[in-house]
Amino acid sequence: MITEQKQHVLAYLNKGLRYDGRKPLDYRNVTIEYGITKSAEGSARVRIGDTEVIAGVKMSVEKPYPDTPDKGNLMVNAELRPLASPKFETGPPGDQAIELARVVDRGIRESEAINVHDLVIKSGEMVWSVMIDIIPINDAGNLFDAAGLAALAALRDARMPGITALNKADYDNRTDKKLPLKHEPIPVTVLKVGNTLLVDPLSDEEDVVDARLTVCSTEDGSLAALQKGGEHPFTIEEIDQIIGIAQENAKMLRSKLAR
Amino acid sequence: MPYPKRFDGRKFDETRPIVAKVGVIPRADGSAMFKIGNTVAYAAVYGPRNLHPKFMQDPKTGILRCDYNMLPFSGHGERVRPGGGRRAREISMVTENALRPILDLREYPNTVVDVFIDLPQTDAGTRCAGITAAAMALADAGIEMKDMVAAVAVGNVQGSIIADLTYDEEQNKTETEGVADIPVAFMPNSGKVTLLQMDGKVGRAELKKALELGREVCKKIAEIQKAALRAKYMGESQ
Repeated sequence: MITEQKQHVLAYLNKGLRYDGRKPLDYRNVTIEYGITKSAEGSARVRIGDTEVIAGVKMSVEKPYPDTPDKGNLMVNAELRPLASPKFETGPPGDQAIELARVVDRGIRESEAINVHDLVIKSGEMVWSVMIDIIPINDAGNLFDAAGLAALAALRDARMPGITALNKADYDNRTDKKLPLKHEPIPVTVLKVGNTLLVDPLSDEEDVVDARLTVCSTEDGSLAALQKGGEHPFTIEEIDQIIGIAQENAKMLRSKLAR
Repeated sequence: MPYPKRFDGRKFDETRPIVAKVGVIPRADGSAMFKIGNTVAYAAVYGPRNLHPKFMQDPKTGILRCDYNMLPFSGHGERVRPGGGRRAREISMVTENALRPILDLREYPNTVVDVFIDLPQTDAGTRCAGITAAAMALADAGIEMKDMVAAVAVGNVQGSIIADLTYDEEQNKTETEGVADIPVAFMPNSGKVTLLQMDGKVGRAELKKALELGREVCKKIAEIQKAALRAKYMGESQ
């Protein structure tokens, strides 16, 4: 069945077309909404075509790990709730959810978008723990890009809670202080199907992927995280071409972050 | 000392502002969003579809399976750990029971109708919002229904019978006066109860009054559900 679907996708791509009429390097319409849930310290909704992903940031005051007394905690988690796709199942996160969360995590962590040293309240005693949860509401393809963008937007939206007398986060009294965000890492995923490179895949295209590369780049174009997926290999030339495509689209996506 | 005036100035029988939408998750067979005050529930329906594990299959009828889940950032205060716990399991079960009376799945033996309910933001009344959204999503999925189901929490706050409690109202007990939180679901046409839970303190007469209030409020909510369905299928504005 997959092979028939693949022939179909390929037949279209050979004509330079996709199921929804786009050309291979066209991105769907992207919108970002901020502050979509009041119970989070920061939140955002990203729509890429019919794909919808929400992300929320929760913060709490924790004791730092003994070996890193001068580092706060940053955690990215993705829950692929079966609400969003017939392919998702209930239960603990599977491979897909873990990969999704880890790729977004690496982009944010390695670009030092948030410097974990800035999350220290009192060295060795109290640090902020920043937890980002990513939840697809409708999976119509390209969750990597949508998740990365939603996580970043939720971080931009976040306001620090106060601290109570008992050194807990005071959720009823949020300050107007933002998180110290230094960079804007944005993942862009490029798919290879047959001989065609394409961006912003539909679910049907993801089903027949030969190889994919997610490239997370910051505002100056430098790369913070890479993740290759799929069973087929890439040539060095292809990778170089993909980096260029990703940097260009990251710029476009970054422009959508402005409120 | 009765609860003289509600924190948010509502009348005792008045719900918070409601927004209802159908078809919000295109990937699902049916879906809906129901917002009441600051509580938001999404519901997605998948099925009737193959049921695994196979031993759960019933050759006489399809089954209904509900899954209620508060998203990690949806709670008052600290992050809600994902994965669900005993509370979520129980609510999933009573949600199934609340919806089952309106369905007849005998035409779909060995299958399951899955209902997934996720809440991105909460301020009490979450199971009721979930059930109300799920009923709309079932209708959107084109599954035959004998009636609608609408749900609301009614309660007794310091002697006053009120509809659609907020988190602050649920917490508003004093040393002498308790708070009763009574989530109810009604089939609006038959007027019968499909969900009833209670915790707190309430007398027999007050309970009857609360249920009667619940029935009236659920009838109003059912009109909003129907309007949302009409808006999608008949292009009427709400």
